[in-house]
Amino acid sequence: MTVPGRRVVVLDYGSGNLRSAERALAATGSSVTVTADRRAALEADGLVVPGVGAFAACMDGLRAVGGDEIIAERVAHDRPVLGICVGHQVLFSAGVEHGERTPGCGRWPGVVEQLRSTRLPHMGWNTVDVTPGSRLFADVEDERFYFVHSYGVRAAADDRPDAALSWTEHDGDTVLAAVEDGPLSSTQFHPEKSGAAGARLLRNWVATL
Amino acid sequence: MSLAVRVIPCLDVHDGRVVKGVNFENLRDAGDPVELGGLYDAEGADELTFLDISASVEGRATTLDVVRRTAETVFIPLTVGGGIGSVADVDTMLRAGADKVAVNTAAIHRPELIGEITRRFGNQVLVLSVDARREPDQPSGYGVTTHGGRKSAGLDALEWARRGVDLGVGEILLNSMDADGTTGGFDLEMIADVRAVVDVPLIASGGAGRAEDFPPAVAAGADAVLAATIFHWRTVSVAEVKQALAAAGYAVR
Repeated sequence: MTVPGRRVVVLDYGSGNLRSAERALAATGSSVTVTADRRAALEADGLVVPGVGAFAACMDGLRAVGGDEIIAERVAHDRPVLGICVGHQVLFSAGVEHGERTPGCGRWPGVVEQLRSTRLPHMGWNTVDVTPGSRLFADVEDERFYFVHSYGVRAAADDRPDAALSWTEHDGDTVLAAVEDGPLSSTQFHPEKSGAAGARLLRNWVATL
Repeated sequence: MSLAVRVIPCLDVHDGRVVKGVNFENLRDAGDPVELGGLYDAEGADELTFLDISASVEGRATTLDVVRRTAETVFIPLTVGGGIGSVADVDTMLRAGADKVAVNTAAIHRPELIGEITRRFGNQVLVLSVDARREPDQPSGYGVTTHGGRKSAGLDALEWARRGVDLGVGEILLNSMDADGTTGGFDLEMIADVRAVVDVPLIASGGAGRAEDFPPAVAAGADAVLAATIFHWRTVSVAEVKQALAAAGYAVR
């Protein structure tokens, strides 16, 4: 199943391995552009916000290209955005690393904090407790996805009753694995690195564009 | 719910071909790395590791091309090690499509390299590859080697692993030079001793000969298991290793 003709922009703000996201999205049949161009990012059918590394560094990079405003403007016009890994984390109100609090994009109220697990980073293929009726996880509810992170969001955004929240457990701690909230979706794991299951999840997202 | 044990085929790449010898000597050709990478992915490999053992500039360029071509078609994490000596080397590998890099000799010579890499790219990007063997004159009884086990680095292996984690590495790849190439089973004692001193994920390598060798490595404390020879020569498949792990009660993908 491919969804032809969808234009997807992967936002390039100097973070991480964009090639994988580009290739995995291209494999859905979408036409993919990796760019920081504001107009292209606003006009695309879907915008993917990746992110690897530190929260503060990612927010700096994101702000430098006006990414926070691009996300806000797209959401205001009901235009789909998908955040991945730190691109998921920056959508929340703030991130705390080494005691330093950095404001995020503030789309959702949670705070990104270090996991309480002994074994960090949380690295590898884990299961997800998928919210019933999830569109993102259709037909891959029981699959494992590739996680690599030490920080996450532990508290639910309880003032967003319509947001669909999916969770993952690692070594005694439970954090958000994915959020689906109208046009705004995000995953803590890396669908572009999660083999066939990840490819299906990306196709599910592209199908909503 | 818990993490699956990762099964990681390792491809030792020399001038664009996969090779493997006993204790890094008597290299034999084992095929095209991109093709093998695709095959392992289809068999259920959870990650792939490329170790570049080329000595020449041309060989390194070829490895970069191998990573690039693999990342085009295989959507699982790729780790690249061998000859990584600077932040610029890491940047080049990540841009080619690698998700993680492994450092070894360069970090022994200049431990600051670890912080330089992890400050820029995060600690999840960096694997510390430790080639260890028994060295009775080291406090822990284990020493670090370089040059494929031929030279002693004069470092205590447990102390080095612990220091690597303090400096910021996100993962330890422990290769027992005593067990490497023997196919007599993983070095369970060494795995347990390293596990006791580090909290980051531990990848066990060296010595696997049969599918049954893998569950004891996990019992000894490994989060992931890595092998080269037995996968390349089709002695054991990735799927058979996963069956053995599942039969022993471990979660697999």
